[in-house]
Formats: sequence, C-alpha cells, structure tokens
Amino acid sequence: MWARAVWLAFRAPAGGRRGLTAKAGPQGSVRITAEMIEHLERLALVDFGSQEAVARLEKAIAFADRLRAVDTDGVEPMESVLEDRCLYLRSDNVIEGNCAEEVLQNSHRVVEEYFVAPPGNISLPKLDEQERFSHS
Amino acid sequence: MALVSAALKQGQITPTELCQKCLSLIKKTKFLNAYITVSEEVALKQAEESEKRYKQGHSLGDLDGIPVAVKDNFSTAGIETTCASNMLKGYVPPYNATVVQKLLDQGALLMGKTNLDEFAMGCLASLLRLRSGSTDGVFGPVKNPWSYSKQYREKKKQKSHDENEDSNWLITGGSSGGSAAAVSAFTCFAALGSDTGGSTRNPAAHCGLVGLKPSYGLVSRHGLIPLVNSMDVPGILTRCVDDAAIVLGVLAGHDPKDSTTIQDPVKPFMLSSLTDVSKLCVGIPKEYLTPELSSEIRSLWSKAANLFESEGAKVIEVSLPHTSYSIVCYHVLCTSEVASNMARFDGLEYGHRCDIDVSTEAMYAATRREGFNDVILEVLLNTLFKPFTVIVVNYENYFVKAQKVRRLIANDFVNVFNSGVDVLLTPTTLSEAVPYTEFIKEDNRTRSAQDDIFTQAVNMAGLPAVSVPTALSHQGLPIGLQFIGRAFCDQQLLTVAKWFEKQVQFPVIQIQELMDNCSSVFENEKLASVTLKQ
Repeated sequence: MWARAVWLAFRAPAGGRRGLTAKAGPQGSVRITAEMIEHLERLALVDFGSQEAVARLEKAIAFADRLRAVDTDGVEPMESVLEDRCLYLRSDNVIEGNCAEEVLQNSHRVVEEYFVAPPGNISLPKLDEQERFSHS
Repeated sequence: MALVSAALKQGQITPTELCQKCLSLIKKTKFLNAYITVSEEVALKQAEESEKRYKQGHSLGDLDGIPVAVKDNFSTAGIETTCASNMLKGYVPPYNATVVQKLLDQGALLMGKTNLDEFAMGCLASLLRLRSGSTDGVFGPVKNPWSYSKQYREKKKQKSHDENEDSNWLITGGSSGGSAAAVSAFTCFAALGSDTGGSTRNPAAHCGLVGLKPSYGLVSRHGLIPLVNSMDVPGILTRCVDDAAIVLGVLAGHDPKDSTTIQDPVKPFMLSSLTDVSKLCVGIPKEYLTPELSSEIRSLWSKAANLFESEGAKVIEVSLPHTSYSIVCYHVLCTSEVASNMARFDGLEYGHRCDIDVSTEAMYAATRREGFNDVILEVLLNTLFKPFTVIVVNYENYFVKAQKVRRLIANDFVNVFNSGVDVLLTPTTLSEAVPYTEFIKEDNRTRSAQDDIFTQAVNMAGLPAVSVPTALSHQGLPIGLQFIGRAFCDQQLLTVAKWFEKQVQFPVIQIQELMDNCSSVFENEKLASVTLKQ
C-alpha cells in the first residue's frame, strides 16, 4: 500500500534524500575576459562596466554546465510542447491595418510617419572611453 | 461568483453598487499596493452598461457586471500598461489583449491593473538569486492581505506582544502578487495573472486562493507582454474552483491572433460535482519530497494523499526522474527567450527613451540601462553567455542541450500519465508566505531560488496545473497544494480540484476591520457573506 511506504519516506530524516538540484560536476569553469564582456555588451546593447559582471557570468555558465550530466543521446531538442500539431495559418487576406496613428502614438520622437532614431552604425565606444556615458 | 451573478439577475444588487463597493475596498486596501492603475471611470461606465442589460433581462452571462482585475503585463486599450517597469511607464496600448477583450465582451467590470514583479520575472529572479515575490517592480512591493488577517494576528499575538502591526507584513509571492492580493482582499472576484514558471500558482498559494495555470495553447497570449513564448500562459486567480472554471470557459479557445493556440473547439463548461473518486488515480512524485520543503507542508501533503485514499481513490508513488535538472534547464531556456523578448525595448517605438542621441547603439544601451531594473539586466547578463557560446563555445552545449533536457522532463510527465495516473498531487510552495524583512535578507536568497521547483516543470511540459488552498499553517497562514493534469484535460483537473476544495473547507480570510469600515451598500448583510462563501 502506497500510504505506508510513502509515509515512512515522509517521516524519514531529510538527510538521506537528494536535494532537488543537480550537483555540479567537476567541470572546468570557463574564463571570461574583459574583451569578451565588451563584445557581449555590444551584442546585447546593454552596458555593465563592472568587474562583478565577469564573476556573475562565470557563475551562470557553471550553473548551466550542470546540464552536461544528463544523457541526451538520441534525444531531439524540444522547441514547443505543441510540436505534434500544425501551426495555424490564416488566409492571406488583409483584414486589419491602416492604424499608423495608433502605432506612432507611443513613440517619443516621431516626424510625420517616421520613428526617429539617432544615427546608426556607430559602435559603442571601447570600455575605457565609456566614462562619457557613465551611469547618470 | 455564481451567487453574485444570481443576485445581479434578481436585482438584489446592481452592478453599479457592486462596482462601488469594490472601488471603495480598493481605496481602503490601498496600503496593500495591489493595484498600479485603478480604472474607476471605466469600471463605473461598464457597470452602467451592465445595469442596463440586466434591467432589460439581456445579461451576457455569468461574468456580466462582475468586477475583475488584470495583471499589468496584459495590454489594455487606453489604460496604461507598465509591466511594473520604468521601461513602459506611460505606455498606453492601442489594443486589448485577447483575454481582456473576452472578459469585457462578457460584461466584466475592469477595476484596474495589478502590480507585479517587473516584467513578471518573479521566478526567474529567484533563480538568479535576486528578490522576487512581487517585491521588485518599480511601484514597490505588494503586501499579502493575510498579514492583516485575524487568523494570522491572533497567532502572532500569542508569540510576541509587538504592537507595531505593519512592520512585519508578509509577501504575496510572485510574480502575480498584485492580482492575488486584489482577489484575496475582495476588491474583485477574479484576476488575470500570468504563469511562466509558477507566477500564478505561487501567489495563489501564499494568499489562500485558487491559482489556475491552463494548458499551454488553450488560452490566447495575444496582448500578454511576453516573457518566455514557449511557456507563458495567462493565469486565473479566484476564491474558489468554480469561479476559475467560469473564467476559463470564457477565455479558452482558438485565437487567430495567437498561432500557438490550438484549433480544437472549446466550449464553456460547468464543473460536475464529483462524489465518487474511486476511479481516480492520484500520483505522488517522489522526487518532489525535498529536504527544503517545510515539515508543515510535507505533513499536509501526506494528509491530502491519505484523504484521497480513504475516499477510495488509488494513490501511488510515481517518479519524474529528471526533476533535479529542471531548475537548470528552465534557467537556460528562460534567460534565452527573455533576452530575445527584451530586445524589442529599444526606446524607439514605445516606452522609455533616454536623452542620448549620439548613436543608435548608445541610445539603445542607455535606454535599456535606465529602463530595466537589476533583475532584467542580470538576466541579460546571464544570457550573454548564449551569444558568447555561439562565438566561443559550442551553442549545442547550452541552449540545444537544455531543449533536449526539456523533452526528457516533458516525457517524464507523459510516461506517468500513460501509466494510468489521472492527476499528480504536489506541494505548490516550499513554505508559507514569509515576512518581507526576512525575505530580503541576504541569506534567504538561496532558499527562494528553489521556491519554484514544484511549479516550473509544469510550464516546461505545457500541462495544466492548479493550486488549491488547503489549510492554514500553525501561524495562521494559507498553504496550497497543487494538482497537475494531463494536457488539455483542464476540465478534469478542475473537477478533482473542486472535490478536494469541498473536502478541506479552507477558511475565509477574516479581515473584518477592513470590511466594516467600508460604508455598507448592501442592505442585506447576508449577501456580503454569500459573496465570500465558496
């Protein structure tokens, strides 16, 4: 009877039970350099500029490394839980639109029907030059 | 809700009176910080229209004239939608989220937008060892109404004579904390939350409510500002299971605007009252018995299992072998999807925009740094390793690996359900709601990182799950237990939940002083208690 078996388990000292997180295996931690951080900042378009970031990034990678312990040979990646169904496609007819005014109304800078952006293709300055844009 | 609906139909109370009572309660409970925006004018106007319909005998249904609240990450036309973030302060959507529209089409009264963890990142914040629990939005933390309940206060008085009543208020849990507080404090009958890793079920458990996470694909996400597209679902918070079923019946169904909604026809349903559970098979996942689980909840979980068994159900231990990897897997998948979804906030089309004009890149970077809080920046930082891995380390090792592990986790559930189990019974949270002062302590972070362990695997598998308030703890605080069902068997899941709810008879929160101070618009006192009754 389940009750007795699990009741014993419920009452057993907690020490014998494995915790719910996978133990980190003996993985080498990946070293992150300042250049990598800089490069990543450009990609993600967020600037951090702190040494702490390096440590946190390494920790995050070490955490994710725990997945290596799982045997996934022959397992297909799962993109969506609805993978066995056909995606809904609607017919190619225009049924809505003509709402430029609504779409533009939440922008801070608009000229006629354009969103206004600053000039592009100018990379973020290197780390040591970033003081100019330092945290306000 | 059905009782109030009946009262509205019979004219015992009008929608306007109901609306005003709730608005008054909202004002009285402002200190809970449950609402970011109270849409008083909108609600009163809707109440007026509902009243006309009732007078003509043409009510739209069970939700006509019923006050509801919506989490502030659902777009509401003409009403500010902020996601509790500086990034979207002042953003007024030009459209309603589909689920909001469906509620309005049924005549529900929109009382306001509720507070949340910034961008609904509660669970993820926990993982990153940052604060969550609906404490981190820019509008400040949400207070759990149970902090002010007679049940909790009486127990507290026995332990200490500290008269400083407000300093030790409790958190609601997150990220849908505002919605939970709003329903728990009777300011509305139902609220929309969102659930990516437990964000609806967690605060439901802490606030003594029913928190339903529908099957992924059952309810439209159009208009729900996305966090993790493959896991997000709109969640429903109510005071009883029947109410959750009513709301689900209204919200479920295919939406042409959300291609991830299934096309199977869905009809509103009435929950049958289960009397015989002898054909039911309840599974108890053994891996969920973790040392971090409070002994009180452990004992309650055991009692609940015994209850099913004593009433004739088959109760068996089952295994979800990959449970120990679910936190890591969730972390990798979520941070990646979240980073993608945050990419849209560049300050150009909507939301916050900084003053820098030197270059697009500089403007984006500063806008995002100013607009996002620490949690999101942390997430973005943590996700940096994804592009990092593309360049330096094999992408396969992380994201794709996590996707494979996700399949293993989802398959664990499939295997269990295929073996004849109808529902799983698990705890919802590791412990009851904790005081805010304790929650923000440095050494508490480790534990809160685990708090979603019971809830997030469900999101990865896309299954329906519901947290049902079960009993009060020794401190007089709510504890909820979770039922997990098969995909798209939400009705069956709720039927079991309803049976359980009837068995446990969870007590109503006693916050009488709040209620009494409110000028009574009810002539019939009985109606007030009827609306509170389950």
